[in-house]
Amino acid sequence: MGFQLTKAGMDSLLQQWSATYDIYAPKVFAGGGRFSDTDCIRYGKINTAAEIVWDKKSLYSFKEVLMPISQTLFYFMENECKEADGPKKGAIVFLRSCDLHAVQRLDDMYLNNGPTDYYYARIRDRIKFVLMGCSSSFENCFCVSMGSNESDNYNLAVNVTADGYTVDCKDKTWTEMVKSAATAEQDVVPDHVTENAITVTIPKNLSIKVNDSTMWNEYDSRCINCGRCNFVCPTCTCFTMQDLFYSENGNAGERRRVWASCMVDGYTDMAGGVTYRDKNGQRMRFKVLHKVLDYRQRNGYDMCVGCGRCDDVCPEYISFSHCINKLGKAMEEVSK
Amino acid sequence: MMITNEYIPFISKLTELIKHTDMEYTFRLTCKGKVKPGQFFEVSIPKYGEAPISVSGVGDGTIDLTIHRVGTVTDEIFKRHVGDTFLLRGPYGNGFDLDLFRNKEIIVVAGGTGVAPIHGVVDYFAYHPEECKKLTLIAGFRNPEETLFVEDLKRWQKTINLIVTYDQADENSGYQVGLVTKYMPDLKIDDIDNTEAIVVGPPIMIKFAAEALFNFDFPEEHIWISQSRKMCCGLGKCGHCKVGDVYICQDGPVFNYTKGRTLID
Repeated sequence: MGFQLTKAGMDSLLQQWSATYDIYAPKVFAGGGRFSDTDCIRYGKINTAAEIVWDKKSLYSFKEVLMPISQTLFYFMENECKEADGPKKGAIVFLRSCDLHAVQRLDDMYLNNGPTDYYYARIRDRIKFVLMGCSSSFENCFCVSMGSNESDNYNLAVNVTADGYTVDCKDKTWTEMVKSAATAEQDVVPDHVTENAITVTIPKNLSIKVNDSTMWNEYDSRCINCGRCNFVCPTCTCFTMQDLFYSENGNAGERRRVWASCMVDGYTDMAGGVTYRDKNGQRMRFKVLHKVLDYRQRNGYDMCVGCGRCDDVCPEYISFSHCINKLGKAMEEVSK
Repeated sequence: MMITNEYIPFISKLTELIKHTDMEYTFRLTCKGKVKPGQFFEVSIPKYGEAPISVSGVGDGTIDLTIHRVGTVTDEIFKRHVGDTFLLRGPYGNGFDLDLFRNKEIIVVAGGTGVAPIHGVVDYFAYHPEECKKLTLIAGFRNPEETLFVEDLKRWQKTINLIVTYDQADENSGYQVGLVTKYMPDLKIDDIDNTEAIVVGPPIMIKFAAEALFNFDFPEEHIWISQSRKMCCGLGKCGHCKVGDVYICQDGPVFNYTKGRTLID
């Protein structure tokens, strides 16, 4: 059901939700940018609607709500391992259509690829999604090409209007609450873009043969394997285990999992010195083909959602979307 | 539905320690539940981390982990004594399915620490020779000092065809010298359609051993290999062991050669 909300009406919803949910949305971290005196837009807890940033893309995605950058799994005690507690409250996440599509990728990795992930599932079970309508495309976005520009699996969708918001509520447990905060009923279709400045084409004949293309070589020198593309990506899910002990000689400590990047040194290192993909170009190949080839072979759809954050963040101006668009030529090269 | 927390290890006691070389010990550890040879466990040493170790043998309420001392975690593992406890998670991966080899001719080619994952399979059929038509093991080690499972090799010799060869050894010492592939042309295969081969070792050894089998017109779908990669979870989540559309920890570590040969890191 659709409604009109004033700013005060939205704040009253947030107020009511906050009793049982932590509310996450893209917000300004003043001075947190990569250069001096610049801000960073990323996910954090909010209390009021005014904190939500609508006119810019968040540099990082929502994924840290579901899979924290560093997550304690359990504590080492003298003779046992004690499971770490989960968050006390559920979570409500304000996110855009591309990111909502990314949730399906995270789900397929953490819930369906192998046994269900206990720590992911316990947050996932208590999460609700509020879709942020996109009235226009941002720089580097290519969601239309990836088919992630529209979503309908939200609990609530919000469009920004001149004097407030229009919302579409799909969550029946919320309808009454939203209705009483609203000023009027109205049919609402979530804002979404139908074209981006950037389009990508994944060649239909794309296969593992493209491994042999020379196209990857340019990234050997251009890429500095910093891994930022992985950390901002809403669909990258890799992690590494880490033990942390509270004192040098003590027996008390914890095991954590922390985000990992397939671009960064050490990702494939095995004890004894065996490593794979030494060159940055080969790491680029591994990442790109995961996003647009082998994930699809395993799950039936492409992993990349076209948010373009990897292009936004790359310090070397490497463009993932341009790379995808080179795959057609590369297939011609290796098919000769 | 209750979801099991797969990340929390269980406590396992070291009941026996078999020292093969200075660098390779077999740790016999208590473990309940069904385990297949070739599956693996994540062995935890708190503060140092976890290491994926393949199962070299399955006993009654115990598992054998044959470990090469090669890094931070395994260095710590080697400091443990009988009676000490370990933290384990697993078993993970598919392992070797013994049924696949029953009533067949079996050829096993293994090099160095690669003997560990196939130890359980060979040991089973060496104890139950009537359950297979014939078993040939070609085991290669760098030199006589680095031989693994010396006692088992002696025992196996009585019931299987065993060839142990060394990369480096004195020709006059009575040891067989040369790579495993040197002995493969002499393999006697009675019925190639009812023969299964297992090849485990360094990638280069797997490549040439497979080629040696192809010289017999050996069908590649009857060749099985075991892979190893960095694995942080064993559960198909952490991503480190992914190769193309394959997760070694979920889809392997044992692969049919038809799939195994397509893996490009």
